[in-house]
Amino acid sequence: MIPSVFQVVHRYVEYPGTFTLHLAKPRQSTEGFQPGQFNMLYAFGTGESAISFSDLANDDGTLVHTIRAQGSVTQALERLREGDSLGIRGPFGRGWPLEVSQGKNLLIIAGGLGLAPLRPVIYQAQRDLLGAHKTYLFYGARRVSELLYRTELQQWSRSLEVVMSVDYGDNNWPGHIGVITDPLQATGIDGANSVAFLCGPEIMMRFCIQVLLRKGVPESAIYLSMERNMKCATGLCGHCQWGPNFICKDGPVFCYRDIRTWFQIHSL
Amino acid sequence: MKTIAALLHEHPFFQGLPDSDLDFLASCAKNCVYHSGDYLARENTPANHFFLIRAGRVAVESFVPNHGSLCLLTLHAGDIFGWSWLFPPYISAFDAKALDEVRSLRLGGACLREKCEKEPSLGFELMKRFARIATERLQSARIQLLDIYGPNPSHLGKSP
Repeated sequence: MIPSVFQVVHRYVEYPGTFTLHLAKPRQSTEGFQPGQFNMLYAFGTGESAISFSDLANDDGTLVHTIRAQGSVTQALERLREGDSLGIRGPFGRGWPLEVSQGKNLLIIAGGLGLAPLRPVIYQAQRDLLGAHKTYLFYGARRVSELLYRTELQQWSRSLEVVMSVDYGDNNWPGHIGVITDPLQATGIDGANSVAFLCGPEIMMRFCIQVLLRKGVPESAIYLSMERNMKCATGLCGHCQWGPNFICKDGPVFCYRDIRTWFQIHSL
Repeated sequence: MKTIAALLHEHPFFQGLPDSDLDFLASCAKNCVYHSGDYLARENTPANHFFLIRAGRVAVESFVPNHGSLCLLTLHAGDIFGWSWLFPPYISAFDAKALDEVRSLRLGGACLREKCEKEPSLGFELMKRFARIATERLQSARIQLLDIYGPNPSHLGKSP
C-alpha cells in the first residue's frame, strides 16, 4: 500500500512528549474507520509507526492521532508543525466491538496513553449511540500533569461515571491517589451484566482483568487492545505475530477469552 | 438515629458478620467526624484506633525530610485505615489526614484485641478480613512501584 500524503492542520501538546495531531488530506475525503483501528503514520525519511485513531471521523475529513514521542519515528512526528506533511496508510485492524455493550454496563478502563484509542468509544457513549445501560470510565495515569484530554475529562464526568486515579498526586487532586485497580475493585457493579474495554500498559490490563473476573465479568465480555511494534500492518511480514495471531490484522482489539493463553505466556 | 451496631453493619468491612458479633463489637466503636486537615492518626505515635471510613477522603501520607508530606494513597467511603494497633509496638506507620469532611467509625485497638481474644472465632474472621485488605494494599503498592505508565511500558505509542 502506498501512503497518502496528509498535512498537519492542528497540533496540540497534551503534556511534554505527548501530542495530538489533526491531519487532513488536501482536496480529498478520507476513508471511514472504526474506533480501535489504527493508521500507519509515516514520517518521511525516518519510518512508520502504528497509531490508533483518537477521535471519531470528523465532518471536515480530518483524522486525529495522539502520540507519545518515544522512538525515532514518533520523535520525528513530534517535530512536525502545522503545515508539514506526512504519509498515512490505513485504516487497519479490528476495532472495538461496540455492539456488545447494548443493554450492559460498559466499563471503559484506560491507563496512560491508552485513553487515546478509547476516546472515540467515549464519544459514542456520550451520544448514547451504544445503547449501554450505564457507562463508566476508569482512567489511571502516572501524575495529574500526565492526564490526557483534561478539559474533556471534566465534561465527560457530567454524563458518564468517571473515576480517575494517579500514582502520584498532592492534596489538591480531587481524584484517587493509588492504582486504578483500587477504585475498580470498590465499584459496585453487576459484573455478569457488564462488558469491559481496556487499553493501557499490559501489566495494568492484567491486574484489571483479575479484578474484573473477581467481580463476575465473563471472559467473553472483556476486550483489550494489544500493542506491538508493527511493520506492514497487513499480516504479511510477521513482525507483530503473537501466538497464532497477527496483532495488526487480527487485532489490535481482542476478546480476552480468545487470547487468554497467549496473554499469560511471558516470552511472547 | 442509627445505632453503632447498625452503622458497623453498613460498612463493607463487616459485611456478612452476624448481628450478635456486631453488637459485641459495638462497645469498642465511636462515631467520629473529622474536618479537612484534621489528622486521624500521626506517624510514629501510639496506634490506638482502627477506622472505618463512611464518607469523605483520607490521605495516607509519609513525611519526607526537605520535601514535606508525600501522599501514598487516598482512602474513600468503604475503606478502612489502621492495623498497627494489632501488633506491638502499636505505633502508627503513616499519617492519615482528612482531605474533606470525613465521617468514620473509630474502634479502640485495645478493646478490639480484647474482644478477639475472648471470641477466637470472631478474631479469626477479623484477621482474615484484615489480611485480605493488607494483601490488596501490598499488591497495589507493588504495582505503583512498577511505574507502569512510565516512559518504557509496553502500550500504545511504544514505537520504533
